[in-house]
Amino acid sequence: MQQTNEVAVPDTAYNFPSKNGYFGKFGGKFVPEILIPALDELERQYELASKDDSFKKERLHHLREYVGRPTPFTFCERLTAHYGTGRIYFKREDLCHTGAHKINNTIGQVLLAMRMGKKRIIAETGAGQHGVATATVCAKFGLECIVYMGAEDMKRQKLNVDRMRLLGADVRGVESGSKTLKDATNEAIRDWVTNVDDTFYIIGSVVGPHPYPKMVRDFHDVIGLETEAQCFETEGRDPDYILACVGGGSNAIGIFHRFIDKKHVKLIGLEAAGEGAETNKTAATFSKGKPGVLHGSLSYLLQTHQGQVELAHSISAGLDYPGVGPEHSHLFDTGRVAYRPVTDTEAMDAVKRCSMLEGIIPAIETAHAIAWLEKLMPQLSGDEIVVINCSGRGDKDMGTISDYFYGSNNK
Amino acid sequence: MQAEPKNMPVRGSSRMQKVFRNRKPDEKIMNLFITAGFPAKSETVDLILAYEKNGADIIELGMPFSDPLADGPTIQYSSEVALAAGLMMDDIFEMVSQVRKSSDIPIVLMGYLNPLLYYGIEPFFTRCAETGVDGLILPDVPVEESALLAEASETCKVPLIYLVAPNSTDERMKLVDERSGGFVYCVSVTGVTGARSGDEVEQSVNRFIERVNQNITRNPVLVGFGISSHADAMHISRKTDGFVVGSALINNIRENYGTEGWMENHLKFVRSLKYGELETSENTKRS
Ligand SMILES: Cc1ncc(COP(=O)(O)O)c(C=O)c1O
Repeated sequence: MQQTNEVAVPDTAYNFPSKNGYFGKFGGKFVPEILIPALDELERQYELASKDDSFKKERLHHLREYVGRPTPFTFCERLTAHYGTGRIYFKREDLCHTGAHKINNTIGQVLLAMRMGKKRIIAETGAGQHGVATATVCAKFGLECIVYMGAEDMKRQKLNVDRMRLLGADVRGVESGSKTLKDATNEAIRDWVTNVDDTFYIIGSVVGPHPYPKMVRDFHDVIGLETEAQCFETEGRDPDYILACVGGGSNAIGIFHRFIDKKHVKLIGLEAAGEGAETNKTAATFSKGKPGVLHGSLSYLLQTHQGQVELAHSISAGLDYPGVGPEHSHLFDTGRVAYRPVTDTEAMDAVKRCSMLEGIIPAIETAHAIAWLEKLMPQLSGDEIVVINCSGRGDKDMGTISDYFYGSNNK
Repeated sequence: MQAEPKNMPVRGSSRMQKVFRNRKPDEKIMNLFITAGFPAKSETVDLILAYEKNGADIIELGMPFSDPLADGPTIQYSSEVALAAGLMMDDIFEMVSQVRKSSDIPIVLMGYLNPLLYYGIEPFFTRCAETGVDGLILPDVPVEESALLAEASETCKVPLIYLVAPNSTDERMKLVDERSGGFVYCVSVTGVTGARSGDEVEQSVNRFIERVNQNITRNPVLVGFGISSHADAMHISRKTDGFVVGSALINNIRENYGTEGWMENHLKFVRSLKYGELETSENTKRS
């Protein structure tokens, strides 16, 4: 394994994106002309809302009373004992209402949508967690909700499909391309292009055209803010390491962002290697991809030698995406965050280990971060504080988990 | 009702200039969109040459992409067919070279940014210039993101052609006009490409064509997205220089390809798009 303290940190305070929506050379607004006025309007409205105390108050109110924030900061006693070095903590986003961090963002965006007078909400989803989080807030606030989901993912995540339906959402299966998250995103963008006047597109991660990567990051910033305060309260200092899984990168940027200028905190993003970062069945964007443009921004992207988008593979539907948020590409290029691949097998082993030692069944996405403890902990000297963003719980994955460990009795 | 052919392409190629210079006062320029490699790689060059003989004034050649997010199901389908058959970027340049052996019809490449980035911006524009490409339409590159292409485009004299939509502001239209070379592409209906009914298309067009004509003063204007018949085309383009047909053309290939005499039937449709009435008297199946 490469040492993670190789990071070179720029000296100036971190202040991205630029006015034009760039994180260094990544980001931008690579969208059809029709969406430009909509994005400009969104940017204007978001800026106004961010400066409006009542908007912030309302958002924080719902995060507290509906989502259940602040989420706990749990010391993982047996996992720590298992490795015999350091001290491991989980930031418990799995305890958010609906079971993952995703709802921090959907609360923020739905309040903005209502402020803008939009009554029709659309979203894309992979694992279904963002779809559920969107359907949930639409039910709560009485808005029409349409969720695009790859037909392949609908099979893998049937439980979440039914949750969305129960919440009143219209779940539309997408049969084009690879029938997964990237195709669902294409379809959501096409819907938005067609219905741009009355429709608000709630994007589920720190991807897409400016201002989405910034806006979604801001709505998840609460994770890092709470972590900082809770770690200080418990340990009297900052963590030494923060680990998070990276699909599009929203839970990771949520916990990292607060610490980017604190150079003594080492940040590690874990991407899904699938069957191995060197194989064709992988979603390891940084290990294998090159900068490219998909879904409105310039960022690292898995692609063929002809610049076509490569199909991603991961056992976890939420990480099964060929791209990554542009801010992560910047943090990768500058070296501020180390990105490392974790395979399907390593992640599934971590699901089991975490369940047995901590009584917490993590989402398979989250397990990619937990798996990195195997590589990290043996290198530590003793008193380092290691925080993992426990981005979601594993209930939604029980079908996959059953098949993997116990054979498929319940297919 | 008749629009004067007022604007000439500012930085358009000589081939493009010629098309608009030779346009008769009552004529509409017809730009036909076809996906390279659809219905098969071996058909593309023949189709382009046949389109020219049957009324096309400009060819828009689609560079297929795995994730064409500004296109409807028809063009998605044609892209999938082309890619599944292994179409490469160099095949497209080869097609343009082949056409250039016997034809001066302007060819505009239409596609998404990523395959172009992968090919390399400079090599891409160089190949465009070498083979005789007259312009580029990239729907996922709005004017504000054009900086990374500007130098190569300028050096190789292969201009970009931008789109304007009903929700584009006057300022944006002026900017698009300033940056475009060849013509400006008017998206007639808010939405992705796809054939639609004439009424819906016409309504949304009327409201903003006037604004287009006020703001686009340097380049000719073509309208597109949703045209499926001569009647559509004449209505929608009546105050502009011409029109673009894409999805309807590809749908017509899908209907005919593989049947006895498919090409002749398809070309009848092509002629009807441009000449309308003449074709209806000849072909009783079309009303
Ligand atoms: C629990 C959980 N963690 C992580 C992710 C990956 O998304 P992101 O990288 O945006 O946090 C997902 C996506 O569905 C998820 O459900």
